[in-house]
Amino acid sequence: MFDVLSKGFKSARLALTGKTELTEANLAPALREVRTSLIQADVELGVIKRFLARVQERSLGDIVPLKGPTGQKVKVTPQDWFIKACYDELVELMGPVDASLGLDGQPAVIMMVGLQGSGKTTTTGKLAKRLLAEGRKPLLVAADIYRPAAVDQLRTVGRKVGVPVFSIKGMKPVQLSKLAMTQARNVGRDVVIIDTAGRLAIDDSLMQEVVEIKSAVQPDNILFVVDAMIGQDAVRTAAEFDRRLDFTGFVLTKLDGDARGGAALSIKEVTGKPVKFLGRGEALDQLEEFRPEGLAQRILGFGDIVGLMQDFEKHVDHAEAEKSTEKMLQGRFTYADFVKQLTMVRKMGPLKELMARMPGISGMMDMIPQEALDDAELDRTMAIIGSMTNQERAEPDLLSNQPGRLRRVAQGCGRTIDDVRALHNRFLQARQMMKGFGDLMGNPTALAQAQRMMQGGGGFGGMPGMGGMPGFPPMGGDAPARPSLTRDEKLAKRKARKAKKKARKKNRR
Amino acid sequence: MEDEQTVQTSMEVESPAADQELPVAWLGGGLGVLVLAVVLVVAARGRGRAQSAAPLLEQTEAPSGVDVEAPGPPTAGLAGRLREALGRSRGALQARFDELFGRAIDDSMFEELEETLLAADAGLPTTERILAPLREQARQGEADPSVLRGELRRTILQLLESSHRPLEPRPDLWVVLVVGVNGSGKTTTIGKLAARLVSEGRRVLLAAGDTYRAAAAEQLEVWAERSGADIVRHNEGADPGAVVYDALEAAAARGHDVVIIDTAGRLQTRKPLMDQLSKVRRVISKKVPDGPHETLLVVDGTMGQNAMSQARQFNEATPLTGVVVTKLDGTAKGGMVLGLAAELALPVKLIGIGEQVDDLRDFEPAAFVEALC
Repeated sequence: MFDVLSKGFKSARLALTGKTELTEANLAPALREVRTSLIQADVELGVIKRFLARVQERSLGDIVPLKGPTGQKVKVTPQDWFIKACYDELVELMGPVDASLGLDGQPAVIMMVGLQGSGKTTTTGKLAKRLLAEGRKPLLVAADIYRPAAVDQLRTVGRKVGVPVFSIKGMKPVQLSKLAMTQARNVGRDVVIIDTAGRLAIDDSLMQEVVEIKSAVQPDNILFVVDAMIGQDAVRTAAEFDRRLDFTGFVLTKLDGDARGGAALSIKEVTGKPVKFLGRGEALDQLEEFRPEGLAQRILGFGDIVGLMQDFEKHVDHAEAEKSTEKMLQGRFTYADFVKQLTMVRKMGPLKELMARMPGISGMMDMIPQEALDDAELDRTMAIIGSMTNQERAEPDLLSNQPGRLRRVAQGCGRTIDDVRALHNRFLQARQMMKGFGDLMGNPTALAQAQRMMQGGGGFGGMPGMGGMPGFPPMGGDAPARPSLTRDEKLAKRKARKAKKKARKKNRR
Repeated sequence: MEDEQTVQTSMEVESPAADQELPVAWLGGGLGVLVLAVVLVVAARGRGRAQSAAPLLEQTEAPSGVDVEAPGPPTAGLAGRLREALGRSRGALQARFDELFGRAIDDSMFEELEETLLAADAGLPTTERILAPLREQARQGEADPSVLRGELRRTILQLLESSHRPLEPRPDLWVVLVVGVNGSGKTTTIGKLAARLVSEGRRVLLAAGDTYRAAAAEQLEVWAERSGADIVRHNEGADPGAVVYDALEAAAARGHDVVIIDTAGRLQTRKPLMDQLSKVRRVISKKVPDGPHETLLVVDGTMGQNAMSQARQFNEATPLTGVVVTKLDGTAKGGMVLGLAAELALPVKLIGIGEQVDDLRDFEPAAFVEALC
């Protein structure tokens, strides 16, 4: 997702290399690169024009501050300044975020509308699951009486989530929705989610129907569900739905594909309504909240460390991960640790997707061979490790000291001995690399140091073998930028503390 | 004593910071593992086991070498119905072309022409390819806009015809595999296609190969009933390969001469799901050695540039013989039809222009161009 946009911004950045100031003339090629990528990402043309005009204005109009808040000199290159302007405008384009739902009604009503095949029913299920987890009691209403078996689909979804589905054969959606309200009150359900039929914005009679449902049930929320892969038409369709229904927000679906996300940028700009959720995958718990800053950073190739962290929170066992970080930095990392960690991390999505969200790495995605990010290849790698004994996994050195083991592992996983050896050598190298990284920071406080390195925006910049990476522009994003102490300052602080301790001991005597 | 206290307070000041440091400590583990994973995978790859992706054009160009029958004059009915269905916005598109070609030829005209095509989802490479001959003519001093408009039509028509191959049902057993992303309209397309074939006197069997989505088989069942086709279905969660196998057995036993296979919607980036398609193919070719005779990709007409990615990646997973573009009656303008032809040389075989059963039409380049510009 957003690869196309990222590339465009990267070329734009390149187009400004070596420029000492930003002028309308030297900005033009950069803007053209951005325009091309926005078009390829399906952002609506009108939106593109306005966006570029604002970026230009911001880039040229602002005075580049040469001093930071604390008075130190800040060096801002025109490149960084331009990217900062893009970032600010992107965030503006997508934000503000308001993922809240109006749930005060008795019962609260959420109405799902959208084109055919946009993912309304699946999203309805996901939403129900989410509300259920929040302690609400949803009732689903099968108001799609047109598409064959649509009611069955919702029933199946309802069964999976464990939420009742209300439907009456042959009843018109308007009347059905009204009855559903009564039903919800009678059986004590406090949120009614109405799954309406897919319809084209130009289909007058069907559009009239949703308008009637709206006035009949007075929904607290109307969510416009839209396929993230939609093209230039996104804006017109969304605007028409909005004109008729004044929807409260929209949901972007199928983001697990390689949608370029242009719709996300366009719809917000044109309707002024917020993105409420993002849908990925068919599993019913894959409904995410939308974070414009994270998306903007990803688009600009800076990764999305906050989003990644939120995901880690959900999927990764903190204590375990901390232990393995320590082991990694001390060069005691084993295959077993690797498997354990990776299994947790992989729950968060495909390798490529995860890497794209890592600051630093995401900027150099092009340099990493595509195959390296192939999950299937990783599966094969895991299979090799799977053919090792527990002892070997816990003590990788066994494989180095007793090469005969390599043959057995190779036989176990059906690979050649060279494959296994290559993997093992690579593992040792990587382990050494990690250890080097740890030594670099001084082991006792390695963890704290690692933290500062990352928060300083450096990411894995200093990691040997991974090459350099684009620096962060000074952006007011949500990556918590804490003033970092230099190594010397840290040492000085430690010294002071020690001196104090000594003095205390003296006093006791 | 006093000192003790100072130390105590200073500790307290530090501790919240220490708490905050924790998340990144374990985060580092996660990130490190990712980097390590990539490093190890590179190692595995380094052994030179590069898999060659099936080259796309090789497969699609071969058929286009087959002599394409010159399409006769478009039936007025289709062009008319198309224009009506594509109606509202399509009319707007034509009005836009009317206006543009009513002006003097200059840079701003070309710029707006470009934007008009882009706004129709034709995509940047295709738009440039279409406009190149026009620009060339203008450069050579052509000053008559109507000549340029003629050139535009000619260029587009040529583009579409060069890859065009109509859907031609084989008289004996004809196996059609239908694939696409979620919500593109596969099942509806199959229903309409079945209805049409049944009305032509074919004995049609539908295979409910979408065993994943809730109630997909029920949906197909309704269509089977409506169209007068038979259906083979298993329960939700069954192996699609098994459904296909049973369907082909049943077709042989009961004398069906058309088998249309529905598959679950899958996003083109989902590797395991795409691999599953090759398995379905293998099952087919075991029972019907030269099958499937058609592999149709169903693409939602409102999609943008992602349609190209869909076509490209599905074609890699299971060689396509053609594309069905659905929902062209929305406000969508279906510029992707041009993109599919220009960038991938994939023929559009059918288009869906409405909800009615007979709104699934054969794609005719001439009629399309006439309705477009």
